[in-house]
Amino acid sequence: MQWDIVIGLEIHAQLATKTKIFSGSSTAFGAEPNTQASAVDLAMPGTLPVPNEQAFRYAVMFGLAVNAEIGRRSVFDRKNYFYPDLPKGYQTTQLDHPIVGPGFVDVDLAGGRSKRVRIHHAHLEEDAGKSLHESLFDERGQGMTGIDLNRAGTPLIEIVTEPDINSAEEAVAFAKKLHSLVSSLGICDGDMSQGSLRFDVNISLKPKGSDTLGTRTETKNLNSFRFMEQAIAHEVERQMDILEDGGRIIQETRLYNGDRDESRSMRSKEEANDYRYFPCPDLLPVVIDDAFIESARVLLPELPDARKARFKEQYSLNDYDASLLSDDARLSAFFEDTAAHCKDAKLAANWVLGEFSARLNADNETVAQAPISGIQLGQLVARIADNTVSSSGAKKVFEALWNGDGGSEGNAADAIIEAQGLKQVSDTGALEAIVDEVLAGMPEQIAQYQEADEKKRKKLMGGFMGPLMKASKGQGNPRLFTEILQRKLNA
Amino acid sequence: MTISRADLEKVAVLARIRLDDEQIPALENDLSNILSLVDQLSAANTDNVEPLAHPLDAVQRLRADEVTESNQREAFQAIAPATESGLYLVPRVIE
Amino acid sequence: MHNKSVAELSRELESGKISSVELTRELLDRIKAEDGQYNSFITVTEDLAMADAKAADEQRAAGNANAWTGVPFAHKDIFCTNGVATTAGSKMLANFVPPYDATVVANFRAAGAVCLGKTNMDEFAMGSSTESSFFGPVTNPWGLNKDEKRVPGGSSGGSAAAIAARLVPAATATDTGGSIRQPAALCGVTGLKSTYGRVSRYGMIAFASSLDQGGTMARTAEDNALMLNVMAGFDPKDSTSADRAVPDYTATLNQPLKGLRVGLPKEYFSDQLNPAMEQQVRNAVKEYEKLGATVKEVSLPHAELAIAAYYVIAPAEASANLSRFDGVRYGYRCDNPQDLNDLYTRTRAEGFGNEVKRRILVGTYALSAGYFDAYYLKAQKVRRLIQQDFINAFKEVDVLMSPVSPSPAFVQGEKTSDPVTMYLEDIFTIAVNLAGVPAMSVPAGFVDGLPVGLQIIGNYFEEARLLNAAHQFQQVTGWHQKFPQ
Repeated sequence: MQWDIVIGLEIHAQLATKTKIFSGSSTAFGAEPNTQASAVDLAMPGTLPVPNEQAFRYAVMFGLAVNAEIGRRSVFDRKNYFYPDLPKGYQTTQLDHPIVGPGFVDVDLAGGRSKRVRIHHAHLEEDAGKSLHESLFDERGQGMTGIDLNRAGTPLIEIVTEPDINSAEEAVAFAKKLHSLVSSLGICDGDMSQGSLRFDVNISLKPKGSDTLGTRTETKNLNSFRFMEQAIAHEVERQMDILEDGGRIIQETRLYNGDRDESRSMRSKEEANDYRYFPCPDLLPVVIDDAFIESARVLLPELPDARKARFKEQYSLNDYDASLLSDDARLSAFFEDTAAHCKDAKLAANWVLGEFSARLNADNETVAQAPISGIQLGQLVARIADNTVSSSGAKKVFEALWNGDGGSEGNAADAIIEAQGLKQVSDTGALEAIVDEVLAGMPEQIAQYQEADEKKRKKLMGGFMGPLMKASKGQGNPRLFTEILQRKLNA
Repeated sequence: MTISRADLEKVAVLARIRLDDEQIPALENDLSNILSLVDQLSAANTDNVEPLAHPLDAVQRLRADEVTESNQREAFQAIAPATESGLYLVPRVIE
Repeated sequence: MHNKSVAELSRELESGKISSVELTRELLDRIKAEDGQYNSFITVTEDLAMADAKAADEQRAAGNANAWTGVPFAHKDIFCTNGVATTAGSKMLANFVPPYDATVVANFRAAGAVCLGKTNMDEFAMGSSTESSFFGPVTNPWGLNKDEKRVPGGSSGGSAAAIAARLVPAATATDTGGSIRQPAALCGVTGLKSTYGRVSRYGMIAFASSLDQGGTMARTAEDNALMLNVMAGFDPKDSTSADRAVPDYTATLNQPLKGLRVGLPKEYFSDQLNPAMEQQVRNAVKEYEKLGATVKEVSLPHAELAIAAYYVIAPAEASANLSRFDGVRYGYRCDNPQDLNDLYTRTRAEGFGNEVKRRILVGTYALSAGYFDAYYLKAQKVRRLIQQDFINAFKEVDVLMSPVSPSPAFVQGEKTSDPVTMYLEDIFTIAVNLAGVPAMSVPAGFVDGLPVGLQIIGNYFEEARLLNAAHQFQQVTGWHQKFPQ
């Protein structure tokens, strides 16, 4: 049987506020356990929550960025369950009246396709603490779990999509887009390995073309895009196997282990869950007025979609390049620095997406970690554009720049070109002399060339270029060599 | 309205309160009596009535995003039942 | 000296007739000698009190005194006191010493008042007799005889009994369904539950967040006004506290009552009311007519649903508020927990008393899947109807007057076997909490030698009007000056 894959995502994004959602404790990462857990965070008796304005502003910024309705009156609810990392015995969240209502995100896919993923809503809530299962024991030698509540109360927005996604490829493209969005907005640091951005995937299958949704499972713990892709493939296959054997899917939460590419049910933990949501009586409805929305709107940076449109317009880039360059705010900025320091934006784009991105990938580094700046690359690209250096020479310069040669002062690219003698000869008189000299030693090849047809001649041209480059010690401008050669041979 | 033993046991699990067998009959009786008292509510006509969560029709004030708390771990953990290396200890949780 | 009011003690401290150290010593000695028979205190902070008294005398000598400097009082043991055990009357918190102050506590500290200790209460403020305390029941100083002891009412029974026994001139208290007014009535003292949001709840151990409100208890209305001057006000740490100006509640005590419009809710003069009690309440209303008030009958048509709505909303909120008591970060923890579930279920089974467990279970049930709409949502809708009754009534009258409790102080153990019978103690007080309006209990006579309270209910934030009405009544009656035995 043919199956349709139906996927919805739930994304938890930690908001980059200075303090927690309901207390004035710092949210800084990496502190000693429980040193950033105040009386409120520890749910000491009699303590009360007071919400953080910036968490609301960030949530509204997100809402504006995904074309969503803003919840003008949002209400906090208590979600009741016991767990040691949840000090109050309930999580304060928003159930029926979230801060962000329905919206959408348009995602670019390979082959120039595009997909609209609807956002069901996004709500504010508090994060839980962390359980550490290290070698801890009580005085009787019983194994213990340690609880660190530094993270408890860190503001989260939980973003819930409609089940609009139909493949792992679409899911990952959407996830990357969302990652770029919250990073560009500056509302989340986007660090998936630290859990700043966490993806849960709801997956179900239905017979191809059917209108009825199948039973879904939720897969948690996807801390990289690669794991997400693998986990979806894994779960789709698992469900397909069950369905094709005539079995039924159980609605459950599954935990994916990326290192082993396997998943297991978390049914035991979900047992008899009844969260008994009700409005939190310690908090009042939060009313968002026009002025507050404007205070968020003015903080919105240029978002990837707008940036892409601008790149196409301003730099005459094609859709594909513009899309790749605009998704990540840091890469965008790098590209704009490069383009500003050369006069050829198209060439800048090729170098940023080509040599530069390949090198980042090879070294497993982010744009921020790159040892060269956009300005330095721009200075190099300028020298390619003005024929000072050949493209093969430029690759040597790039390598040297990456290794920190050329220093950090002034124009490093020029310094390297000078030091390594990579300056290409573009003096037509000098080049003509080299051509004459080389051709004088190749009468047979000339005769062969002149007898050949048009198609064959193109091939034979290469036989002259090698000796020409050698004779010019690699410094002759290949384009000029070709022009002179053609003129002389066709004469 | 009476509460069944099964319901009582389910609620006790949710509330994480262990019930001893000998307590259950009396609790069933007490809770059933309380629920009978509460069942008067069903007689009230509440068509088109908005629920009232707070007595004052006020809206939430928001706090500026400024750090106001300092590390008080020592004071807080001095009154904790079990800690080690700054962590609160609970019997090992199997994930 | 122990018979004097806060206002009188304040004047004597100011005149230098007595020092705070002398006064504090006398009352501490009195607590030592007398409280064995009442059990009104859970903790007496003798050393801290003496140190505070000394500091207060120095402050007064330096000319920096206010009305409260050096005046002894007590806190209900529901308010967190930095460095002093705060138990909420529960085994769960028997060893809990908070490293922070409730806002109310900080306010009294800043005023220079001298706290003598923490008063006994029903566990987590759940009760109407102060018999559910882990630290033993409190005995009402009234009606004491060889054969029987009577309850002081609850949950603030320790505060009420301590004032009636003249161990302290004043004490803080809290009221979720009548927990200030009913014990005040049963002990013959004056108490005020302020408007919801008037007094900060920060550091006040929560029972039901949308109903809980701190308030005052003393012998006179004037003393209640002096207390409220310290307690009332906006607190940025409590999202539900009201951000509005606080008047000087003593400034309007002496306004004449001529033209005061008094409403008598007919539903509160029902056949559930002891006829002798009703007579006392009606006599008190007559005094108000003599003072120039006009009286008419009004209706609170949904009042009879108040108990039902309350016993959904309060337990529901409590069930979540009390989830934090899990044996992990503070408070009681069971011995040798075998696993996480054992830690939770045994800690909570052993740490909470029966009434608290009943309410947690009822609240959990009311919020659970399938029952939420029929119970919780329905109760909140009825709550709005009840609020609307008060709003409508206050279009016609300035204050409402009624009995506080259906009968005077009952004998210990009489109502502990049946929780519903105990709940009906609060039939006249509970609607006030659901609406969030302020109300007082003022001593208004005796039945069989036991005090009777008059309830005066006001519109939102009209505490000054209530205190004025109570004070004027106390200028022409002597009920509040009667002492037991």
